[in-house]
Amino acid sequence: MDDTLLKIKDLEIIYQTDLETVRAVNRISLEIKKGRTLGLVGETGAGKTTTCLAILRLLPDRTGKVLNGEILFKDQNLLTMKESKLRKDISGEEISMIFQDPMTSLNPVMTVGSQIFEALKYHNDDKRSHAELEKRVGEVLELVGIPARRANEYPHQFSGGMKQRVVIAMALACEPELLIADEPTTALDVTIQAQVLAMMKDLQNRFGSAILLITHDLGVVAQMCDDAMVMYAGEIVESGTAEDIYESEEHHPYTVGLFGSIPDLDKEVRRLTPIDGLMPDPTALPKGCYFADRCPYATDRCREEHPQPVHLSETHMIMCHRFDGKGGASE
Amino acid sequence: MLRYILKRLIEIIPVMLGIAFIIYAIMSFTPGDPARLILGANATNEAVENLREEMGLNDPFLVQFFNYIRRIVFEGDFGNSYKSGQPVFKEIFKRFPVSLNLAICGMIGSCLFGIPLGILSAVKQNTTTDNIISVIAMAVVAMPSFWVALVLVLVLSLQLKLLPSSGATSLKHYIMPMITIALANGCSVLRITRSSMLDVIRMDYLKTAKAKGVPNNVVIWKHAFGNALLPVITTVGTIFGSLLGGAIICETVFTMPGIGALIVSSIKSKDMPMVLASLIFLSAVYSLVMLAVDLLYAFVDPRIKAKYSGK
Repeated sequence: MDDTLLKIKDLEIIYQTDLETVRAVNRISLEIKKGRTLGLVGETGAGKTTTCLAILRLLPDRTGKVLNGEILFKDQNLLTMKESKLRKDISGEEISMIFQDPMTSLNPVMTVGSQIFEALKYHNDDKRSHAELEKRVGEVLELVGIPARRANEYPHQFSGGMKQRVVIAMALACEPELLIADEPTTALDVTIQAQVLAMMKDLQNRFGSAILLITHDLGVVAQMCDDAMVMYAGEIVESGTAEDIYESEEHHPYTVGLFGSIPDLDKEVRRLTPIDGLMPDPTALPKGCYFADRCPYATDRCREEHPQPVHLSETHMIMCHRFDGKGGASE
Repeated sequence: MLRYILKRLIEIIPVMLGIAFIIYAIMSFTPGDPARLILGANATNEAVENLREEMGLNDPFLVQFFNYIRRIVFEGDFGNSYKSGQPVFKEIFKRFPVSLNLAICGMIGSCLFGIPLGILSAVKQNTTTDNIISVIAMAVVAMPSFWVALVLVLVLSLQLKLLPSSGATSLKHYIMPMITIALANGCSVLRITRSSMLDVIRMDYLKTAKAKGVPNNVVIWKHAFGNALLPVITTVGTIFGSLLGGAIICETVFTMPGIGALIVSSIKSKDMPMVLASLIFLSAVYSLVMLAVDLLYAFVDPRIKAKYSGK
């Protein structure tokens, strides 16, 4: 049985304005299987959010363009589907999304109850009555730990963490098969982060949803994900199961840098060790490896020739000349 | 909330006193003698002088003003029209419904013209549609109301004989004034709707709404416009308020007996009690409309409601 839920093939997205073309996502491919959690890691501007906006076709109308690639959800291409059909049958029902900032992702002039109600109303395939839907709103609120009576309150009456719970309740109202969470905990403080993540994990177990978790926090990936992908300058530079990423000996130099920049509590260090340099300008990407300028192992070949994915095992992929056996990046 | 309304109602009183003072001053210091006006050109100087004394016109200005306010406050008497001799409010109340209907029609027309086009041009920002709408809006703003009104009369009444050209007795009479006002004021509604929508359209909650599968037109009308409404309400409220007293061009061209025309003719004939009473009345109505606008905010935006009831 094929249990692939979402498959992205060769996706390429640009933002085009009169002045410049930003190459935000450069030919990435990924797969999410039913019930699994995939973590997409990378620094700001790596193209993580753009990727997930593209899945539900939420890219800005005129500037965001998908140049190439397919996004297959249960073998239907979401990019070519009619938009009204996508909104009706997929958005919110099969795939839902949690955004980064709970402060701005709820409509300030509607009660949270009516916002959750909306999610149910437009996917009411089994023709439940108004009262049944209202009851369901209460249920999903209780599910995320908010008393059902608060359904009549407005977003400004909730704290940040509570708002994110509302957003999650909204996303889960129709028990979607895939939940896309775009940095769901970034805007929350640390104690609330842990709560929200634990809750998502718990709800995932209950509904069997798959999660695409976007984050820049490797700790969150370790805690939540079955698989992980590291994204850099619009490319996936390393992917594998969580074990591949956390346990394996071989890594993309960028992944090594990411891990290196996490402060180690056991060692006493004066300073953090960041990765030197900045991500390449997405309006003028270099010819060779995008990471070459910041890579301690970079050679001339890295600057000239763009690396291809190297599969170290069935699950573990690294996009780096060091591992393709043809030499290049020095050891 | 109730305390807030009461406070606002009390605030209207000094506003009206101020307005009364300014108008009284302007009317008193402009040339022209009301007594002569009442008695006519053939009256003797002696008779005019007697009447001046009787009316208190020889008193110092401040005394006159004080007496005027005193009569209003203690006797509820705004005086009689110099021209007709009737109590001023008789005439004002006879004409107010026409002005009110005109203002309501004009407001509805402005909204029907401005809001959908404003939303459309915001949604289609920087496209040909948006550009075409901007050009139309600019052209419409450049057309003077009296010209639009005359063209309408020419085409719809005289040529096609579809609508009556003057009067205010049936709903049909209000169609052309409505179009005239809508074209003159709809553009400001259009502009404010567009810019307010553009502010909202980039908000994350619209993405949330789309992500949960809400159809596009519901996203635009309910989620986006619902949040873009406040500035639009302010503009529409202001337009409504000023239309109540100021649809003079329409009232003149279409010969509708509204308050605007009344004020203009009263000023011309220096009918002081009439001018004063109508303007005080209009300023009170205007203040009430603005209060209603502020209260409407609370209904549109729960955050503002929370602020009112918080205190």
